Amino acid sequence: MYDFDYLRAGSVAEAASALAATPNAKLLAGGQTYLPTLKQRLANPSCLIDLGGIGELKSIEKDGTALVIGAMATHAEVAVSPIVREALPGLAGLAGGIGDPQVRHNGTIGGSLANNDPAADYPSAALALNATIVTNKREIVADDYFQGIFTTALEDDEIITQIRFPLPDFAGYAKQEQRASRYPLVGVFVARLGSSGEIRVAVTGAGNDGVFRVDGIEKALAANFSADAAKSVAVASAALMGDMHGSAEYRAHLIPVLAGRAVAAGVTSSGS
Amino acid sequence: MSDTGIGARVERKEDKRFITGKGRYTNDFRMEGMHHAFFIRSDIAHARIKDIDKSAAEAMDAVTVLDGRQLASDGVGNLICGWMIHSKDGAPMNMGAWPALATDTVRYVGDAVAVVIAPTRARAKAAAELVTVDYEELPIVVDAASTMEAGQPQIHDNAPNNLIFDWEIGDAAAVDASLAGAAHVTTLELTNNRLVPNAIEPRAALASYDAAEERFTLYTTSQNPHVARLVLSAFYQIAPEHKLRVIAPDVGGGFGSKIYIYPEEIVCLWAAKRMGVPVKWAAERVESFLTDAHGRDHITKARIAFDADNKITAFKVDTIANLGAYMSLFSSCVPTYLYATLLSGQYNIPAIHCNVKAVYTNTTPVDAYRGAGRPEATYLVERIVETAARELGVDPADLRRKNFIQEFPHQTPVIMNYDIGDYNATLDAALKAADYANIGQRKAEAAVRGKLRGIGISCYIEACGIAPSQAVGSLGAGVGLWESAEVRVNPAGTIEVLTGSHSHGQGHETTFAQLVADRLSVPIENVQIIHGDTDKVQFGMGTYGSRSGAVGMSAIAKALDKIEAKARKIAAHQLEAAESDIVIEEGAVRVKGTDKQLLWHELSLSAYTAHNLPPDMEPGLKEGAFYDPVNFTFPAGTYVCEVEVDPETGETEIVQFVAADDFGTIINPNIVEGQVHGGLAQGLGQAMLERAVYDESGQLLSASYMDYTMPRADDLPFFQVSHHPTPCPNNPLGMKGCGEAGAIGAPPAVINAITDAIANNALEMPATPEAVWRALQAGAFKQAAQ
Repeated sequence: MYDFDYLRAGSVAEAASALAATPNAKLLAGGQTYLPTLKQRLANPSCLIDLGGIGELKSIEKDGTALVIGAMATHAEVAVSPIVREALPGLAGLAGGIGDPQVRHNGTIGGSLANNDPAADYPSAALALNATIVTNKREIVADDYFQGIFTTALEDDEIITQIRFPLPDFAGYAKQEQRASRYPLVGVFVARLGSSGEIRVAVTGAGNDGVFRVDGIEKALAANFSADAAKSVAVASAALMGDMHGSAEYRAHLIPVLAGRAVAAGVTSSGS
Repeated sequence: MSDTGIGARVERKEDKRFITGKGRYTNDFRMEGMHHAFFIRSDIAHARIKDIDKSAAEAMDAVTVLDGRQLASDGVGNLICGWMIHSKDGAPMNMGAWPALATDTVRYVGDAVAVVIAPTRARAKAAAELVTVDYEELPIVVDAASTMEAGQPQIHDNAPNNLIFDWEIGDAAAVDASLAGAAHVTTLELTNNRLVPNAIEPRAALASYDAAEERFTLYTTSQNPHVARLVLSAFYQIAPEHKLRVIAPDVGGGFGSKIYIYPEEIVCLWAAKRMGVPVKWAAERVESFLTDAHGRDHITKARIAFDADNKITAFKVDTIANLGAYMSLFSSCVPTYLYATLLSGQYNIPAIHCNVKAVYTNTTPVDAYRGAGRPEATYLVERIVETAARELGVDPADLRRKNFIQEFPHQTPVIMNYDIGDYNATLDAALKAADYANIGQRKAEAAVRGKLRGIGISCYIEACGIAPSQAVGSLGAGVGLWESAEVRVNPAGTIEVLTGSHSHGQGHETTFAQLVADRLSVPIENVQIIHGDTDKVQFGMGTYGSRSGAVGMSAIAKALDKIEAKARKIAAHQLEAAESDIVIEEGAVRVKGTDKQLLWHELSLSAYTAHNLPPDMEPGLKEGAFYDPVNFTFPAGTYVCEVEVDPETGETEIVQFVAADDFGTIINPNIVEGQVHGGLAQGLGQAMLERAVYDESGQLLSASYMDYTMPRADDLPFFQVSHHPTPCPNNPLGMKGCGEAGAIGAPPAVINAITDAIANNALEMPATPEAVWRALQAGAFKQAAQ
């Protein structure tokens, strides 16, 4: 680890002004990716601005027809939140299955979405649920937010403050883990939006450009919202990721299988 | 049985310090003025070193960079392999030079090129980034199957075609004749996947030099500190043995990887003297992945012949063993005398022939890893026997039983003479515990849930103790493989045992003390086990090959015999009785059947006051012994694994695992079961999770826990473990050894279960979900025979 300055910000405003004023400063959320990166001397920031002390970023609340989660809510907090479990149990389940207990008690939803690891769990939920990423500057819908592996619409001095999930009338998630890292080898989030009835199926772990939607499965589920319908769709492997943990062909095979399992495992909400 | 004696479930004495964080490991030691070493390692798998530019690094305050030419000019010798293997044409193995710091060529990613010495670790690391090594890249070969082909890059000049040796054992003509005349022949090709040892404690060294005494001290993560001192003295010319103290304090796991002498401890010793400061090095985890000697890595083709009665008539094996870029200390014996000599398994096989070609590749050196050759043999034997049963259309358990060795001693065609065993007992016990008879019902029930259920058997045998010395000497070993012990009874009756064995997780402080408490009838808390320091303990051979019980404790038992004999003489003299009437029991040495006795501490004190000893008896009560076994020991058993495969994804769950072992006499069932559980975890890890993967450029892709899958608790089932001892007739305690059995026996049980579930024999380790899914797509295996 190289030497760096450290600032524990007390507010979003303080973090934002420090970020703008300090060349080569970096934000620190849960640090589950960035701390190992620092330890391996793969990053050399001038200053770490720690968001961990900003209470306003940890709120979890239901706001009308949306679930609003503060960016610094840990995976463990999302997983056990009565509000999330009641309003969006599919998301609570996803959070409770990320990594291991140590990761879940440090890693945050905002950190995960800002990092946009191609194998992270949360991007699939954000994209499938048509979430809005709220920053200190603006609001970004998920369709515009994810822009490729480790790449997002965030500007250098922008801080995620909240993620707003419109409450769906169905949400389900299924994944197969890469056994070493326990990241998803493939994860599939299936949602049916409460407002429009639109079906959105988002896949993580398999895309060369990060999280992506699967048009074929969405159409099949629109015609027949069943696990069998999802599983019957063939997914092409050409654009998918292949590595020592799973070939592109295997990942392509898993996508409809896991989409079917997400449909079977998901929960239909009666309240929305 | 007393509550602390042989066979008792005594809680581990050493756990108090481990659990409370009071263990002291090499990296916990600090010395005045200590500097830190950071190694600059090649990130290229094969290259010539054109130049090393140290100037920017050495411009930093108190930073020194040392390289291989300086090491060579100071007369430090190259690393050696300590077991000579001759090829079948009589030629000695082709051992390439391995300098502790590369002088002109690097041969694998991780090869040490130079070392930075600085007052802090951070400064050493920062300076290392300023050292520029100018390489001329050379062609690379990582594939053992093709490394011998024409046109491949040559890794060592003295090993043409990258061949280290072309060795054979057994009667080729007899095997060929039996294969030609066989009623059935089963053929199997398989690989044994390369593993990274992954001890919890990374390797470390702390070296210092006392210029006034001209004496070195080395703290190091070693399984055998005396062997380390011998090799450092005799081969690397660090210092004569009496001028070098080696201490292996608490060591956090070894699994074989800490047997060897590595470049880092040699360099720390050399640098400590050259620079006049103590030098510490501790591996980062990525260095452990890159430089700890890896395990396994065989490619094998085998054929097994049966007569019309399904009796095995011959077994023919051809193996390529990948030893990596250099020959590690015992690398040559692993794929030869620790492998091919176990190819008879538990079976009566009249003729066996095995050819092993050991080869160089641009990869990390490979050496012994938990089991060392015996897992490779067992995996091959138990997979081909299972495959044969499926081809023959007979129950795999029945085929095994039909071919079991029933009479002992049994001479195999590949050197080993099995002393004792009862293979039916462990097979029967395992099948019963696993409810083998009703597997059909469970398969049907699983099918209703959409799962494929399968069951697999593995009947393993291993050779432990790694002895006797004369035998291993005749096979090329550079050392004898006995063990030593010294028992010191203090004047007040407490006891210190100095053992040449080394505990790095095995629980010797408990089991060895149990033996002493049992034999001398003293409280176990009055016994202290001392090991791991060449200034304290007489020369010993260390711990590997499941030898600390069968060999190390036998040495203690021999020393205890002498203590007992002297105690009897003293008591007989003082109590005016015949020696033959003296018994040691209930904390006293007494005349049998009377109330005449000396309490143990009274007798001990009288040995040191020497006021009333028999004529001509020396004072004191301290005895030593060396124990050299007359044979290997042969632990054996049966493992049964049951799995359920998800046919949609290939994900496999182990739903049942049964182990029925014969380890001979058991000192402490808790510790033995812990060893079995740990071994099974590593065996299941090899079968389903672990693999070292290189890309074509020689980069280790699985060089972190993000990519190398260690078994975790939720990957493992509950283990049903039982013991069925036939005491070993060849050592005083009847012990056989238990440390490696799980890792040896488990892999074929798992793969046999999965291949049963998916009806396809073509499955390699690790059986990842994708590997299982692909094998499943390939369809059902053929039933060759009616």
